[in-house]
Amino acid sequence: MAIAEDADRAPGDRPRGATRRPVRLFQNLQAKVAMVPMIFVALVVFLGGTIWTVVHSFTGSGLLPRLNWVGLDQYERLWSSRKWLVSIENLAIYGIFSIVGTLVIGFVLAALLDRKIRFEDTFRTIFLYPFALSFIVTGLIWQWLLNPDLGIQNVVRGAGWEGFAFDPLNNPDLVMYGLLIAGLWQGTGLIMCIMLAGLRGIDEDIWKAARVDGIGVVKTYVLIIIPMMRPVFVTALVLITSGIVKLYDLVVAMTSGGPGISSEVPAKYVMQATFGGQNLGQGFAASTMMLVMVVIILIPWAYLEFGGRRRG
Amino acid sequence: MRTTLGALLCSAATMGAAQAQDGVDLEVMHWWTSGGEAAAVGKFAEALDEKTPHSWVDGAIAGGGDTARPVMVSRIIGGDPPAAFQFNHGRQAEELIEAGLLLDLTDVAEAQGWTDIVNPPGLLESCTIDGRIYCAPINIHSWNWMWLSGPAYEKAGLEMPTDWTGFIESAPALREAGVTPLAMGGQAWQQSGAFNNVMAIAIAGPEAWLSVMRDKNADTVLGEDYGRAFEAYAEARDLAQGWSGQDWNQATNAVITGEAGAQIMGDWAQGEFAVAGKTAGEDYGCLPGLGLGAYLQTGGDAFYFPKQDDPAVEAAQKELAALLLSPEVQVSFNSVKGSLPIRGDVDLTTVNECTQKGLDLLAKDQTLPSTEQLVSPDTITQLNDLMTEFWNTPSMTAEDVQARYAEVIADAD
Repeated sequence: MAIAEDADRAPGDRPRGATRRPVRLFQNLQAKVAMVPMIFVALVVFLGGTIWTVVHSFTGSGLLPRLNWVGLDQYERLWSSRKWLVSIENLAIYGIFSIVGTLVIGFVLAALLDRKIRFEDTFRTIFLYPFALSFIVTGLIWQWLLNPDLGIQNVVRGAGWEGFAFDPLNNPDLVMYGLLIAGLWQGTGLIMCIMLAGLRGIDEDIWKAARVDGIGVVKTYVLIIIPMMRPVFVTALVLITSGIVKLYDLVVAMTSGGPGISSEVPAKYVMQATFGGQNLGQGFAASTMMLVMVVIILIPWAYLEFGGRRRG
Repeated sequence: MRTTLGALLCSAATMGAAQAQDGVDLEVMHWWTSGGEAAAVGKFAEALDEKTPHSWVDGAIAGGGDTARPVMVSRIIGGDPPAAFQFNHGRQAEELIEAGLLLDLTDVAEAQGWTDIVNPPGLLESCTIDGRIYCAPINIHSWNWMWLSGPAYEKAGLEMPTDWTGFIESAPALREAGVTPLAMGGQAWQQSGAFNNVMAIAIAGPEAWLSVMRDKNADTVLGEDYGRAFEAYAEARDLAQGWSGQDWNQATNAVITGEAGAQIMGDWAQGEFAVAGKTAGEDYGCLPGLGLGAYLQTGGDAFYFPKQDDPAVEAAQKELAALLLSPEVQVSFNSVKGSLPIRGDVDLTTVNECTQKGLDLLAKDQTLPSTEQLVSPDTITQLNDLMTEFWNTPSMTAEDVQARYAEVIADAD
């Protein structure tokens, strides 16, 4: 009964100087009601979907999900598959170079723009523009640019340098770097903008103080500004990493995994097994392993980031 | 794209409800997008629009079957099925049928007498599960062809070879003339198909091939006959160095222009020669079974019809199924597509030298089932991965690939 009475009142006009203790569950009721759809989505769609996938990865599901248990067979096959191992290796190569490359190029571009240059708006727009394109379009553009008969190689040869060879997409050893070029071209603009916002957030006085102390510009950036921009870097890192794990459309548009299997990535393995091979169990096992990878990266990071702060 | 399709389907549904007697829009999904293929599928659309009140809504998906099949399956499972879709014969649709998602066509088949007219009967058997018929076979395609380039051999000053051995001997002369002996597209199914469907049958022989694909006998893979086939495949890999392209029709085009000496590809390549206005025997040559042992695989394409709620659509689906097998449509479609009709009782109006070779083999019953009819898509995916890895890894030897091929076959279901 008390509950009903309490619920009738809007949370805002709780009796001033009330003698009863308010029921905690109904504090900020509106906010909590508004949260319900979000909680529902998180529980059912994310958590429920994840559990469903993991459970079915232990079955021999074909085109349609079925609960005929096969134990760890799908995982055994996954880890003995050459294509999966190549995929993991490729993701590691792409991931490391992409994180380092995007952060370095993004920061350098942002720092250059921050030096109060002319036409800053124009440059910013140009650098950010590729981000407006989807990975499919990016992939197609770079497939043409890197095509030896149409793109860069042809132009350089036409300019008189006959022996010039630049054909990364048809070379199994270089194909991941060809993909990386396109990925960096597409992704650095956004990171640059985030970095630029971070740089603008640094107080002018810091620069003045550094100048008074006679610290060089580069040294100021590396030793003072970058440590101060830690939260910005963390945001950038999360954005880049999430892009890496789901790398799929760029590969499909540029190489479709070729030459051979040399540019396969885990997400593509999942798609190929699930729909091409009509083997859901195998696809689910692969996507479960992708989840495990993300968790392995995420847990130490979350611990450092949040656990550390609480201690401090 | 999705919203337009959705809008089309919506309008189809409302129209169907309002005017049940009149035509409905039938969305048909397929992956026929090359010049010759698109022209052929246009014949179906024409026939449906003219002969029935219904209209054909084209749902072509570019990028070949490997790209298109997932899209089709996800739409069917997701509850937004097209009116009809193309699959290859065989085991690809097995589970969809078992789950009751596809329309039973048995009454149409009985009314039209499909069991009597479809030849070879294996095609209809692949559509049949537990005595019910679930698909309409529309053509016979065989993988087992090698196409030779007239202009390329002219450049090299040679006659076109009559078999694989002759082709190997002519390769150095082609190289000297600046021609890449063999054109092979970059997609896995092409590289894998050239071995699984063509070289294995031609070089290891039909018995060994059946023992591997039908009986899943891994020992045969490790045997001598298959060993020779793998050696030949490794040789083919060397001959293909120097030309790179992705799609099969790009490779066919290289044969048409004389940039490449030959291509191993199914009879659908002939559609491209036809569109380019080339004459069989002069501008291009064809060797069924690489000229060694001429056996044709009688796989092909079939249309499946997902179950729909609307009875008007279901009636229209059945009308379409009957139309696809009617004699006139069979002739007009197959003569453009370069494939063979599935009815023994029709004559193709203009039969060229190559199609005639195919029809003769069919008449002599030198046929084998297609790989898709015998092996599950899961195994085919694994074989594709393996063969494309081999094709693109020069350091991998024929023995390596033989051993790993045997492993895949041993695990196959």
